[in-house]
Amino acid sequence: MDKYLEMIRVRFLMMLAYRTNYYTGIFIYGINIGAYYFLWTAIYGGKEQIQGLSVIQMTTYVAISWMARAFYFNNLDREMAMEIMEGKVAVELIRPYNYLGMKTMQGLGEGIFRLFFFSAPGLVIVYFIFPIRFTWDLSVWGLFAVSILLSFFINTQLNLLTGLTTFFLYNNTGLIRAKRVVIDLFSGLLLPISFFPGWAQEIMKYLPFQGISYIPSMIFTKGFSHQQAIEALGQQLLWVIILVIPIQLLWHAAKKQLVIQGG
Amino acid sequence: MFYVSMFFQYLSQYLKTRLQYRADLFVEFFSDLLSQAINLVFILVVFGHTNLLHGWNRDEIIFIYGFFLVPYAVFSAFFNIWDFNERYIVKGELDRILTRPIHSLFQIILERLELESLFGAITGLAVMFYAGSRLGIELHWYDPFLFIVFVIGGALVYGGVFIMLACISFWADARTSLMPMMYNISNYGRYPVNIYNKIIRFVLTWILPFAFVGVYPAAFFLGKNEWYWYSFITPVIGILFFVFSVLLWNQGVKKYRGAGN
Repeated sequence: MDKYLEMIRVRFLMMLAYRTNYYTGIFIYGINIGAYYFLWTAIYGGKEQIQGLSVIQMTTYVAISWMARAFYFNNLDREMAMEIMEGKVAVELIRPYNYLGMKTMQGLGEGIFRLFFFSAPGLVIVYFIFPIRFTWDLSVWGLFAVSILLSFFINTQLNLLTGLTTFFLYNNTGLIRAKRVVIDLFSGLLLPISFFPGWAQEIMKYLPFQGISYIPSMIFTKGFSHQQAIEALGQQLLWVIILVIPIQLLWHAAKKQLVIQGG
Repeated sequence: MFYVSMFFQYLSQYLKTRLQYRADLFVEFFSDLLSQAINLVFILVVFGHTNLLHGWNRDEIIFIYGFFLVPYAVFSAFFNIWDFNERYIVKGELDRILTRPIHSLFQIILERLELESLFGAITGLAVMFYAGSRLGIELHWYDPFLFIVFVIGGALVYGGVFIMLACISFWADARTSLMPMMYNISNYGRYPVNIYNKIIRFVLTWILPFAFVGVYPAAFFLGKNEWYWYSFITPVIGILFFVFSVLLWNQGVKKYRGAGN
């Protein structure tokens, strides 16, 4: 366990060394939030609420889902693809730890860094620029914290899955890009799942994507009742457990047919 | 003349290398198509809840998006300079470029051609024809010509802004994340500018004129009289920004001292 905690720490410190890059990152996220803020106010026009969300809740939704993205987002799939293509994965495999576990911990270290140095200051800035309403209800914050941790795991597991496909496809840059675009839309980052037509919502119920962004953001904006929030958390947890299965299957298959191209 | 023949030389080399890896080309094409589809889905879903966006209806917004894809495709095919800093300044590749007998910027554009992006223009045209037929837009004899002029204007606006950003590397060689930021800002131009507040509208028109890539020129084909004036200055803005960026580039090259050695 110690070595995994150490890995989180090392990643955290590594990110800290390159922190200036992150200040411009806050601007980028701010701009994205701004673009969607204007778009949404135009969409609402004079309407009081759409699908049970008011304009202010919607703005809060947009802001919080981008800031939560900073926590759960990572490039593990691309890192893994690089390590596999360059053959570095051979060295990783003989080291005394679980490669996938270690990758997850690195992602967590990165996420925790961004949570403190990116999301927290970013949220304060955004709070003063846009009409956002935060709740001071501690139970909501607690549920939200659990929820984004689970969304980190779901997103990371999907990244690991994508990364593992490199073993079989050798070059999966296209797949990585496609996966990112799909997640942006179907996770509810760009617009809440409840805005989709009924049949699409029905399909998405059976997909893990809404556990990434929609659930935590809805909890935060109080779009969910307490009961719904608890159920949603259960759903997220279920996906975390289910996704372990394909990862393990692919991982075992990958180890068997591993071909190191150079290294 | 020499420049034209150089262009075709590079073009044929480029085609040879790309066709070597056809599967890769296919996957790239597919993921481009997917991201365009997702932007469309966004528009469609949004218009499931509203009929008008500040006076613009669904098909008009789709038309603007379709138009935007065309100059954007031209820009991505020819001005692939987003990693100029790492590739040419930090690695010192620019030294090699400067010893060649053609203009340095032209040489870089040739080296970094990415013609498969032009597929995006086909998607854009298809989207425009779909939205246009639903809106019952009539095609006049001069429309195709104006379309080409506007597309070139829009692509030059994009090219100009990104060349200027690349020029920053001549003066400050630290890595910046300005480029991804600019990609984000450029997305603002895909939606009607009157949904934004005055400051952003001013910026999108005169400072980072991304509105000239999407809304303004598309407004002409949609018959929005109040925007015609903006539509017609699209090529002017494009040429102005592009010429200015090339002048800035030339100044920057004079200032360039090389990294290392």
